[in-house]
Amino acid sequence: MIVKLLWRGLLAGLIGLAPLPAAAADPDPTDWPAVVAEAEGQTVYFNAWGGSSAINDYIAWAAGEVKRQFGVTLQHVKLEDTATAVAKVVAEKAAGRDEGGSVDLIWINGENFASMQEQGLLAEGFATRLPNWRYVDTGNPSITTDFTVPTLGQESPWGGAKMVFFTDPARTGPIDDMPDDTDALLAWAKEHPGRFSYPAPPDFVGSSFLKQVLIEQIEDAALLAEPVDDATFETVTAPLWQWLDEIRPALWREGRDYPQNYPAMKQLLADSELDIIFAFNPAEASAAIAAGELPDTVRSFTFPGGTLGNTHFVAIPYNSSAKAGAMVVANFLLSPAAQIRKEDPKFWGDPTVLKLDSLPEADREAFAAIDRGVATLSPDELGPVLPEPHPSWMTRIEEEWTKRYGS
Amino acid sequence: MRGLALPWLIALLLAAPVAVGMAGVALPAFGYLPALGGDGLSLEPFRHLVAEPGLAASVGLSLASGLLTTLVSVAGVAIFLAAFFGTPAFRAARQGLAPLLAVPHAAAAFGLLFLIAPSGLVFRLAGPLLGLDRPPDLLIVGDPLGLSMMAALVAKEMPFLLLVAFAALPQAEPERRMQLARSLGYGRMAAFLLTVWPTVYRQIRLPVVAVAAFASSVVDVAMILGPSTPAPLAVRLLSWMNDPDLSQRFVASAGALLQLAVTLAVILAWLGLERLVLAARRRWSRSGRRFAADRAARRLAALPVALSGLAVVVGLLLLVLWSFAGFWAFPDLAPAELTLRSWQRALAGATGPLWTSFVVALAAAVVALVLVMLLLEGRRRQFPSARAGEVRLTRAVAGLIYLPLIVPQVAFVFGLQVLVIGAGLTPSLPLLVAVHLVFVAPYAALALADPWFALDPRYERIAASLGRTRATSFLRVRLPLLAAPVMTALAIGFAVSIGQYLPTVLIGAGRLPTITTEAVALAAGGDRRVIGVYALLQTLLPFALFAVAALVPALLAGRRRGMRAA
Repeated sequence: MIVKLLWRGLLAGLIGLAPLPAAAADPDPTDWPAVVAEAEGQTVYFNAWGGSSAINDYIAWAAGEVKRQFGVTLQHVKLEDTATAVAKVVAEKAAGRDEGGSVDLIWINGENFASMQEQGLLAEGFATRLPNWRYVDTGNPSITTDFTVPTLGQESPWGGAKMVFFTDPARTGPIDDMPDDTDALLAWAKEHPGRFSYPAPPDFVGSSFLKQVLIEQIEDAALLAEPVDDATFETVTAPLWQWLDEIRPALWREGRDYPQNYPAMKQLLADSELDIIFAFNPAEASAAIAAGELPDTVRSFTFPGGTLGNTHFVAIPYNSSAKAGAMVVANFLLSPAAQIRKEDPKFWGDPTVLKLDSLPEADREAFAAIDRGVATLSPDELGPVLPEPHPSWMTRIEEEWTKRYGS
Repeated sequence: MRGLALPWLIALLLAAPVAVGMAGVALPAFGYLPALGGDGLSLEPFRHLVAEPGLAASVGLSLASGLLTTLVSVAGVAIFLAAFFGTPAFRAARQGLAPLLAVPHAAAAFGLLFLIAPSGLVFRLAGPLLGLDRPPDLLIVGDPLGLSMMAALVAKEMPFLLLVAFAALPQAEPERRMQLARSLGYGRMAAFLLTVWPTVYRQIRLPVVAVAAFASSVVDVAMILGPSTPAPLAVRLLSWMNDPDLSQRFVASAGALLQLAVTLAVILAWLGLERLVLAARRRWSRSGRRFAADRAARRLAALPVALSGLAVVVGLLLLVLWSFAGFWAFPDLAPAELTLRSWQRALAGATGPLWTSFVVALAAAVVALVLVMLLLEGRRRQFPSARAGEVRLTRAVAGLIYLPLIVPQVAFVFGLQVLVIGAGLTPSLPLLVAVHLVFVAPYAALALADPWFALDPRYERIAASLGRTRATSFLRVRLPLLAAPVMTALAIGFAVSIGQYLPTVLIGAGRLPTITTEAVALAAGGDRRVIGVYALLQTLLPFALFAVAALVPALLAGRRRGMRAA
């Protein structure tokens, strides 16, 4: 028996001879009652980063709600890196398991999305046909295109992100004296050696910081909307490398080591090793103060000329074993109730993807009533959003960064 | 016939997943993985691998980590035993170090991190002396040479090797040899190192090689304390495997083969080193130098073992403190407020994973124990008239069961995953147990083989002459006499299973979260309070089982007064 199984696995998995079963028809969100009926009793394995207690608690709350409202069991598969989930789907495709896959829903954005879309690892578009899509802020370009790649409804928006900086004015002086663009940041770092750093790419926040510098330093930012052109890459990105070369000796640990990710920077701010850190969520500092992770003197600031902003999504893999259930969950995550809780720093503090004008009066008031915390800028103080470059830029920049500073 | 086939069958069963997993990475390494568009064989993946920036540094780190960790650990064990054999310190170490085996590598690494980082306890203590109000900008953790990573590995491996050495000591007849050497005028340490240590070392050679292999391919400790620019090879391997750019999968597979080569190189270098040491020892013994005055050296000899024990224990205490901490600023020695919040939050979600960990670990340890006992007993019965300690596993069988200790996990688990999915197996508890078995069984065999063969077979012959059947004498004579090593093997197997991360995540497809997979996922968030809670939860289960393992033989012996002397 075991030997037989081993052989079957060897053949199917390694040689790729497994018979390809015809894929069953995906549930159709335009017939929503049918989707809800099919979803009842399904278990949805939601693969999502598990590094934050606050986020894990939020997902646990959502699980309770969809269980109660729709009889869908939501299991949070806690990842230390989203790419692990992509890797699982790849392994399943490699082994010919085109149905009954182990990942039903992924928390995803940018590079991972582009990669899965390109490899045909995603279910066909569903998001724009979800009932709660009518509340979504479709005027926000980062909702319909993820890092310039059209989402084609293959991922459903879940939350907004905007790069914001944090410091502790009790240590560093008035918040108004903080740098207001990357040139000023470079000057500040040289004056305060060892007190600034950024996570090493390919960490998401670290890579995003490089993009921020690139957008500000490049001569023609319009180039970034197009895929990278290998022939001109070097000359176009030269200002970025010059900026990084200049700041490197003034970085924390003289740039010989880098923080692993945003939470590591947060800890370094708490330990007073770093004086300026940044995150992709305007309410991070308020949430961290509430959790006892940062002193309550920490405040946020941003660049008046704009910082990067984007949207994160949930997507359904092509071989998900519970597509109807996954759609019900995605739709629930778009509901005003779920988004209000998500924007509240008490629970998470992530900007909503909904358009407030499209909401019923009561929900609009609930959004307005959220206490955003002492360290959170109000939405009109956040400054303009700079669009994300095409994902190919990120891949090339990460490679080049590793070559120059990572080895 | 049956007796002949059984050890082979079990050994093959345990080695098969390694071989199959290797095949699963070897094909993509040469460009073959149809699902990702690799249809033909090529050397392209290796070309890409070689072009990876900093590859040489990564390989160098892995080589150094494998060799230095092993060297320091083995030397530390040797000089400790030489200086303290037969003294109260020796007995204290024997009692005190065993619980350290229960501490998972990741937990020990986090403990050390909280101790030696620029914002850690050491600098908080030194703060007032040095006038620090902020942590110094020093590259201590994640240093480019990987020294803090190696320190953590040494702190974990030294107690392990010491305990293995304790078990091997009696067969080296230390008292008689020491007496002889000392009567010839040799100092205590010289006497031990010349006459007793070689025999002990010969017996613990396999665990030593396993330590070398492990240290050259470790992932979790390297991620916590190791350098990042560049990281050791095994860590980079993992990031290539997880790269959203799916073509990196081929590079990762080629890297897995490189990792295998690196580990083999470490082992070969170690075997070469053994010869050098052997030659040096011969020279020494012929030179006649006796090193009679070794009092000062003896004091120093306690340092490595004492430091590593202390580091792990203080690290654990720091984990406890952080798990109850509110906001805790530098350079405060204690948190401003203590709170149960981290524990309450964690326990709400941790009971399921704790239960899964416990069930899987217990099942894997018990099954491994049964398989290992069958294997050992099958081998022993091939030589009905052998005397105690005469029987050994054949080299081939030993090679097969210890294969998973030597072949780096990262090098074959991905291939195994493809196989499991390809076989249409869905993640389930029995499947997870089966996969853990591959890693648990070798350690159980390691712990049990020597005592199993060393037990005097005349006990059972007497039982037979009293008319007892083979089965009865096995159950009523052999097992009770071997209760201590059997329980230790069980506890070690249990601890090994609890610590498994990679196979659990990949084979369990994340659907069977254990306390370790949760701990690693949360560690990515870097919150020291949460890390503290999970590292302690991770330590608690194996610790409990080690306690049980220590109690059971004592209870058994309590009912059989004659065994107490043994």
